[in-house]
Amino acid sequence: MTNGWIDIKNADMMLVMGGNPAENHPCGFKWVIEAKRQRNAKLIVVDPRLTRTAATSDLFLQIRAGTDIAFLGGLINYTIQNNRIAKDYLLNYTSAPILVKEGFKLPEDGFYSGFDPASQTYDRNTWNYAEGGDMSGKAVAATAQAGDPPQQKSSTAAPKAPFPPPLMPEKVAYDLTLQHPRCVFQLLKQQYSRYTPEMVERITGIPKDQFLKAADLFTSVRKDGDMKKVGTVIYAVGWTQHTFGTQIIRTAAMLQLLLGNVGRAGGGVNALRGHSNIQGATDMAGVFDSLPGYLKVPDPTDKDFKTYIDRITPKTVKPAGWDSFNYYSNTPKFAVSFLKAMYGPAATKENDWAFHYLPKVDRNYSWAQIWDNMYRGSVKGMFAFGMNGVAIGPDSQKNIEALKKADWLVVGEIYPDETSEFWKSPGIKPEEMKTINTTVYRLPCAGFAEKDGSMTNSARWLQWKNVAVPTPGEARLDQDIVAQIFLRVRELYKKEGGKFPDPILNSWWPYTTPYNPSLSDLAKEINGKALADLTDPKTAQVIKAGQQLPGFAWLKDDGTTLCGNWLYSGSWTEAGAMTQRRGTDDPSGLGFYLNWAWSWPANRRGMYNRASCDLQGKPWDPSRRQIWWDEAKQLWVGNDVPDFKADSPPKDHMGPFIMNQEGLGRLFVWLNDGPFPEHYEPIESPVQNLLHPNQSNSPVVKKFKTPADKYGTAAEGFNVICTTYRLTEHYHYWTKNNPMNVQLIPEPFVEIPVELAQELGIQGNDKVKVTSARSYYIAKAFVTKRIKPMTIDGKKMYQIGIPIHQGYRGIQEDAGRDARTILNRLTPTVVDPNAFTPEFKGFLVKLEKA
Amino acid sequence: MPPTLEIKAISGHAGTVPGHGASRDYDVCKLIDVTTCIGCKACEVACLEWNGYSFTETVFDNSYQTMPETAWNYWNLIRFNEHENSDGSISLLMRKDQCMHCADPGCLRACPADGAIVQYANGIVDFHQENCIGCQYCVTGCPFDIPKFNPSTKKVFKCTFCSDRVSNGLEPACIKACPTGCLHFGSKDDMKELAEQRAAQLREQTSHKDAGVYDPAGVGGTHVIYVLHDIKNPEMYGGLPANPRVPFLVKLWKGPVKLLGGWAMFLGVVGVAIHYLRFGPKDAGHTTGPEDKDDRTKS
Repeated sequence: MTNGWIDIKNADMMLVMGGNPAENHPCGFKWVIEAKRQRNAKLIVVDPRLTRTAATSDLFLQIRAGTDIAFLGGLINYTIQNNRIAKDYLLNYTSAPILVKEGFKLPEDGFYSGFDPASQTYDRNTWNYAEGGDMSGKAVAATAQAGDPPQQKSSTAAPKAPFPPPLMPEKVAYDLTLQHPRCVFQLLKQQYSRYTPEMVERITGIPKDQFLKAADLFTSVRKDGDMKKVGTVIYAVGWTQHTFGTQIIRTAAMLQLLLGNVGRAGGGVNALRGHSNIQGATDMAGVFDSLPGYLKVPDPTDKDFKTYIDRITPKTVKPAGWDSFNYYSNTPKFAVSFLKAMYGPAATKENDWAFHYLPKVDRNYSWAQIWDNMYRGSVKGMFAFGMNGVAIGPDSQKNIEALKKADWLVVGEIYPDETSEFWKSPGIKPEEMKTINTTVYRLPCAGFAEKDGSMTNSARWLQWKNVAVPTPGEARLDQDIVAQIFLRVRELYKKEGGKFPDPILNSWWPYTTPYNPSLSDLAKEINGKALADLTDPKTAQVIKAGQQLPGFAWLKDDGTTLCGNWLYSGSWTEAGAMTQRRGTDDPSGLGFYLNWAWSWPANRRGMYNRASCDLQGKPWDPSRRQIWWDEAKQLWVGNDVPDFKADSPPKDHMGPFIMNQEGLGRLFVWLNDGPFPEHYEPIESPVQNLLHPNQSNSPVVKKFKTPADKYGTAAEGFNVICTTYRLTEHYHYWTKNNPMNVQLIPEPFVEIPVELAQELGIQGNDKVKVTSARSYYIAKAFVTKRIKPMTIDGKKMYQIGIPIHQGYRGIQEDAGRDARTILNRLTPTVVDPNAFTPEFKGFLVKLEKA
Repeated sequence: MPPTLEIKAISGHAGTVPGHGASRDYDVCKLIDVTTCIGCKACEVACLEWNGYSFTETVFDNSYQTMPETAWNYWNLIRFNEHENSDGSISLLMRKDQCMHCADPGCLRACPADGAIVQYANGIVDFHQENCIGCQYCVTGCPFDIPKFNPSTKKVFKCTFCSDRVSNGLEPACIKACPTGCLHFGSKDDMKELAEQRAAQLREQTSHKDAGVYDPAGVGGTHVIYVLHDIKNPEMYGGLPANPRVPFLVKLWKGPVKLLGGWAMFLGVVGVAIHYLRFGPKDAGHTTGPEDKDDRTKS
């Protein structure tokens, strides 16, 4: 979340899309209710189904699954056409005035400039700012489409290394009149001019009048140029789990920048994380392509630390008249301190801080790819802790087949689950079981109430929790298990050597109880400490060697500091665990609670809060004062911690988005699949893309190629759109083991529109069979009025929805009361090209009576 | 606040005791703002856990609703209804169903067992199962179909308003569990005011021009009140009666018929007395088994 849970209460307008907070985040949803009750805020919900969130909304629109960009693009078009943009904000705080390089081409035919069909990737050379300084009023005849796209590669070109991302010119060209045809604003305007209300209706199935109602309502916060009101966008995995998931979120970010809603209390773009500590997992690099604190992973081209640091440290870009903080210019300090935390005394200046110990990530190791690799036989074993990999999918059957081929599997869990018992999955006969030679080790782990430690919530708060109950029986803490495995592996390396034992032998393991490190030891290491006496030249404050660091501003790139994750620096200082604070004072009434736990970065509750003020440093809305410029003190001060260079006066015109090298909110970004989001159809879609029928899907999305990976079409009879979700009564897959949850929704079901049920002769509670190109799922019919038939480009279409939860282990399953199939056998293995998240939220099926 | 905890004097405190002498009605009340209910069923689970009921086997029935009706061991049920509006749009209505704790409780009126149903001064209507004779007249007496019979113990059960919690200064378990604050607990006056404010806000600020407060006069008002989007159509919220009343037969039985019965009994006694005066005692020699009678009185 750019903002936080409590901050939703400050909103005047709320758009919930790709999420169902009332059901999946009921405790956080209280702040939506609070905004409605206290501020008369309006809630717009856009979803394929009328959910329990929609039940409390002021306006609900039923959208075809996977057409969110078309809807949001339509909102952008409406905002521009109806002059609901935040003009000063847009001009000064975003990249709207910056000129884009010549040769850049919009995707009228489905392709941006630079597509290379052979590698199915883009050469992003033209996706960049142009050089040249102030071009205001110097509009030239050149148009965005001038000439042929020069970067279009021929399909016969030999495949080669991935195209490097473009380097931003230091002196970018810009036009403060926003009239230049190649300025970001004009290109954006042109891009979304195609997303007319009529086009939105044809693609999304949302009738034009309803779309216009929603567009008028959401953008009404900026009616008549008023800057006081604020709107928020709230989303969850209904946006991320698409082959264009990252781009949906970007569309929302662009809309919010156009409306001047980012950085403001009650605004922002707010991701609701699906687990109490998923934010923490991401921050601590629970993904293959980042290190803790979102530092980029080294790749094989990084021949030494300097090459690596030069590649990952952005250069400051200052359009004339602008100042830019470029906070990521501190990357070397974060990286060296991280390496000191990893390798301790073994990381020295002389050995490049042991940079060569870090693995160089040479390929995609994302979730779906791991299973694909195991299916293909190159991954031989797996540790599965705290997740049910078989049930998660994206293709559960493929995952089961993959595990059959593995040599070993270690599962750390609190219940037997579908993963640890993959060899017992329905359809495997006793004879076949005998042929499965995967060795499965089941390790009983501790449940959430049996361990301490901090969890990082969606609002970026690190909150410490204590142990509530002791671990039962032989169950052990995760860190106990992991530490013992690590230390024993290290013993083996010591005894037997190996190809490259150094990273293992030199890992820094300074914990008080090495075989079962305490999480407080780890939390202190993550915060960071001084390895030598440090002095702040400005304040003369001294941090002695061995002391905890007060925050990331103290990090050094000379090896005198150690820090496991720079973003978390400040969470456990000499004053103690900030994560354990429980102060409830809130002097501003805005719900910042600065003394409750600790929020990254630097205990800020709302990110980019410089943008909550006008150019002079005064809050846009005097009733929601986050920070402001104090002329007497010559400092930014306020009710929240300023997310800005504290002493940069407004006259210096420093950009408020200090993590971007140019300091501006980006409306134009070089992701892998396009600098502006474009509507593409899900990989399985019943219709051609109406914007460019010859290029329906995103051209950079690659299908997987094993025999398990089949993709269906409407022509083959897969003519019903299907989406998946969780219910409030359940939690992922493990509440199958809790009687209370099971009782509330006892059986798997499929939500089916009344009209479709009538056509197929299906009554409520009948058993139905849902079949995709990959597999089938059997459950009871839930015939509902809450999903209506849709008209897509003149054709009648149906959507159905199926909740995840059931499988073949659990109370009902063990008693033989469930169908024992796993929903994610239906879903396709195909992923977003930026975040590599599988497409669970829109695929094709057949529906029939079972 | 119970009068026993009303502050009379404060040590070292200059001047008058704040609030001294002020009298407050402490009728208790639950306010259920149906317009902010998200159907999460936290109240259902809290009710089960506080009252010590565990897992019941349920069956999916074309709904998110846990079971079709409340049960003797399931007192709190969210009712889900898909309502088709006049413009063709659908509303998903979710209403927490439980005992309404009527000011004029039909169950209590109907109950013939001494002490099986009590109404406390704070408005809570509570069943005392040790006195229940299992006649189920209360079931007939309730216009909301709340009391439920347990065939194995032959007793009737329903929501107690967590009288065990409330009497110890705590809110009912369902209120405590509610994540959105759609459930409120306080005095009837305060809840009524809060409810009316919310209904007015809905009428003025949203499209719910018929929003209102459900506190039906037919049962003397209730200690569980609702804010509804549409006060004109309470039936659409899973059969909430528009004008609930204590059933006519119960009224008749416990009113005129009871009176009539009393008179009949009195007249009977009077008749017997006159008969005695007129004809004297009956000859004991003509009766059979007087010893049995005596035994019975002894035992």
